[in-house]
Amino acid sequence: MTNPSLGTTPRLDRWLTIGSDGTVAVRSGKVELGQGLLTALAQIVAEELDVDPGRIRMVPAATDVSPDESYTAGSLSIMHSGGALRAVGAQVRALFLAEAAARLAVPAGELSVTDGCIAAPDGRSTSYWELAAAVPLDRDLEPGAAAKSPADYGVVGRSLPRVDVPDKVAGRRRFLHDLRPDGMLFGRVVRPPSRGAVLVSVDGQAARRVPGVVAVVRDGSFLGVVAEREENALRAQAALRSAAVWQEEDTLPDERDLPGFLVSAPTEETVLAETEAQSRPAARSVRARFTRPYLAHASIAPSCGLALWDGGRLSVWSHSQGVHKLHASICRSQGLAPEDVVVQHVEGAGCYGHNAADDAAYDAVLLARAVPGRPVQVVWTREDELGWGPLGPAMVIDVEVELDETGGVQRWQHDVWSNGHAHRPGPPSAPLLAATHVAAAETALPAGDPPLPNGGGSGRNAVPLYDLPGQLVRTHRLTTMPLRTSALRALGAHLNVYAIESVVDELAVLAGADPVDYRLGLLGDERARAVLRAAAERAGWGSGVPDVGSGTGLGVGLARYKNKGAYCAVVAEVEAETHVRVRRLTVAVDVGLEVNPDGVVNQIEGGALQALSWTTKEQVRFDARTVTSRTWEEYPILTFSEVPPVDVVLLDRPGDPSLGAGEASIGPTAAAIGNALYAATGLRVRSLPLTPENVVAAMEG
Amino acid sequence: MTVRVNGADHEVVCDPDTPLLYVLRNDLGLVGAKFGCGLGLCGACNVLVDGHPVHSCDTPVWSVADKRVTTVEGLGDDGRPHRLQETFVEEQALQCGYCTAGMLVTAAALLEKEPDADEAGVRRALDGNLCRCGAHNRIVRAVLCARTCGA
Repeated sequence: MTNPSLGTTPRLDRWLTIGSDGTVAVRSGKVELGQGLLTALAQIVAEELDVDPGRIRMVPAATDVSPDESYTAGSLSIMHSGGALRAVGAQVRALFLAEAAARLAVPAGELSVTDGCIAAPDGRSTSYWELAAAVPLDRDLEPGAAAKSPADYGVVGRSLPRVDVPDKVAGRRRFLHDLRPDGMLFGRVVRPPSRGAVLVSVDGQAARRVPGVVAVVRDGSFLGVVAEREENALRAQAALRSAAVWQEEDTLPDERDLPGFLVSAPTEETVLAETEAQSRPAARSVRARFTRPYLAHASIAPSCGLALWDGGRLSVWSHSQGVHKLHASICRSQGLAPEDVVVQHVEGAGCYGHNAADDAAYDAVLLARAVPGRPVQVVWTREDELGWGPLGPAMVIDVEVELDETGGVQRWQHDVWSNGHAHRPGPPSAPLLAATHVAAAETALPAGDPPLPNGGGSGRNAVPLYDLPGQLVRTHRLTTMPLRTSALRALGAHLNVYAIESVVDELAVLAGADPVDYRLGLLGDERARAVLRAAAERAGWGSGVPDVGSGTGLGVGLARYKNKGAYCAVVAEVEAETHVRVRRLTVAVDVGLEVNPDGVVNQIEGGALQALSWTTKEQVRFDARTVTSRTWEEYPILTFSEVPPVDVVLLDRPGDPSLGAGEASIGPTAAAIGNALYAATGLRVRSLPLTPENVVAAMEG
Repeated sequence: MTVRVNGADHEVVCDPDTPLLYVLRNDLGLVGAKFGCGLGLCGACNVLVDGHPVHSCDTPVWSVADKRVTTVEGLGDDGRPHRLQETFVEEQALQCGYCTAGMLVTAAALLEKEPDADEAGVRRALDGNLCRCGAHNRIVRAVLCARTCGA
């Protein structure tokens, strides 16, 4: 398999350099999003070079020094960046061994490396650090240098503590929000009151009268303030907001009939799977419609950006998932040459997909333009974060299954209606938010979907993992976009897996079979079978057909993320009448080689709990003009008292490539909860979230 | 005006209605407490005032003039980290870490008041602190461990 990161950046010293001071500088194009990536990548390099992980310095991604590895997304970082660094590390090691062999006059094969010290059998030695100047790395990776065998791993596969945790626990300056470069000013943006609102007039005098206000910026319908002190930036923002006159219009669909809107809007159809069906008439059929609302990223940190114009040069600091893509957007919108702009990553909000980080960076660019020579930091309000950030798309899925006389599936049809799940910055079709508000406004096209070989978007995991004949799987991507949607963790897999697993569960009931056994009967993939069995066993899943309707129940959910990533099975125990309470989650996962097992567990349990929150509680609310769920009271997320124990079983396969862990547990967790709710109540609730309102609606049929 | 933070008095020149959070972060350079919502609904900005957790984002600085403010930076003692800071590292009790400072001071206040708090009590005490990454159970374990493992 070719590594796209190495294809873009084959040169060794773009990835790592050896310092004579005993350190190794590693430059990944992937970024730390709270997922522990920097620690895992450092482990991979330390392993290949045979140095202590403490010697590795992970350089934050920046457009002027780091490889372009596109976005940090799709659970691909360990595969792409980890794979590249493993290959580069192996070759760098070989180059240093060759130099050492020449100097010590012994064959390279007889040398050993211990924490960077290269020793000959007779005890003479040198080191990476001594040879650093003598071994040029300004050359491309060549095939040949073999990476270590997993059997020889000593650092990879260990749960090393994360490199960023000590700073975060001590409250040290680590987040973008914490940076205070000399002369920094505080910027705030007054967003329009609604989608499509146009600024008619604004009187900036009251805002300018706030002490320490340095600039009031208006460009079309983009409006903001810059002040010496943060509290005064907020005051000026409030003053400016009340002085602005907007022309508004109704642009949003009726929230009460969101599914009706999705299935009647103009769409573009894509067939993801089509296999021959038996032509005989069905003995029985099962039809079901599943829906989910728009979902918010809802990071605890509001998005933040920092920018400085100095002469003709622009520096930007962002918690973007893709600094090179953000760089491209900024250069295009500002008409700047690429070499005049640098975008550097600084850690920020926990990131679960394409959030407002890039938009906040561009807000800072626009405000800082008014105060050249001084850095401007923009922090979004909570209300704007929940109201204006990109949303996970609302979705409708219809599943129709035809069964033969024996109860076997003879035809499986799955149709998804959704806005696209990809509207990331970079291409002109997806301008940054403020670029759509300025006078020379750029026009956003509706979100697209990645093609299925890249994991798909609306159709992610829409093709069942099971061996089913007669499949027709289609997506219907909306070509109109009333609310901006983009990638939220697992993309379409959340509802696709929920739907497939709910229907498979229903088929098990129709067949009078145990849901786990029924699934095993449809599964040829050994690794999928293994996680399913492991989750069931660990959760104490009984044998035989479970009782339904006792008020508590177990449910199971299974998927292989993107049908080519990690395998994950979840068993949920739910207690419910109308209020759904998840009592415990048991998760079995196979991510191939685990670089840092505790990091895998952290990602898997975090994904499971986020999926639990989405599935049981979350729903973006809106009226005819704007998103109305803009505080934590209107957009509640899971709290400590609602969090169940999560037991994660890892099926380590050190000989198989790493498959990524960030998103694998989302779909199976949602599905397991829905199926456990059925076991507890006898109700198939197909409209998410599983609120009392939707449970009662399902009860009333 | 004078504010007493982490055992030291600081002279601050600002409007007395300024939220304590901005004084801590921008005037005193104590950036541990974070802005999360500005409405006291997420706990990311929590600090201790006379030992009680408060939302520094909606606490005007004048109201703490004669009180003791403790931030995450001041939880430890004589340069040693607080036991909770150690157990948070041991349990790797975070993902992004943005909510961590608020969790730590809230938990420290709980253990000060109820050294034997049980798991349900820890969860109740932290219900006002939101975590989006799903590190809740690790955080609870870290708090329970700080309790049972002693100082």
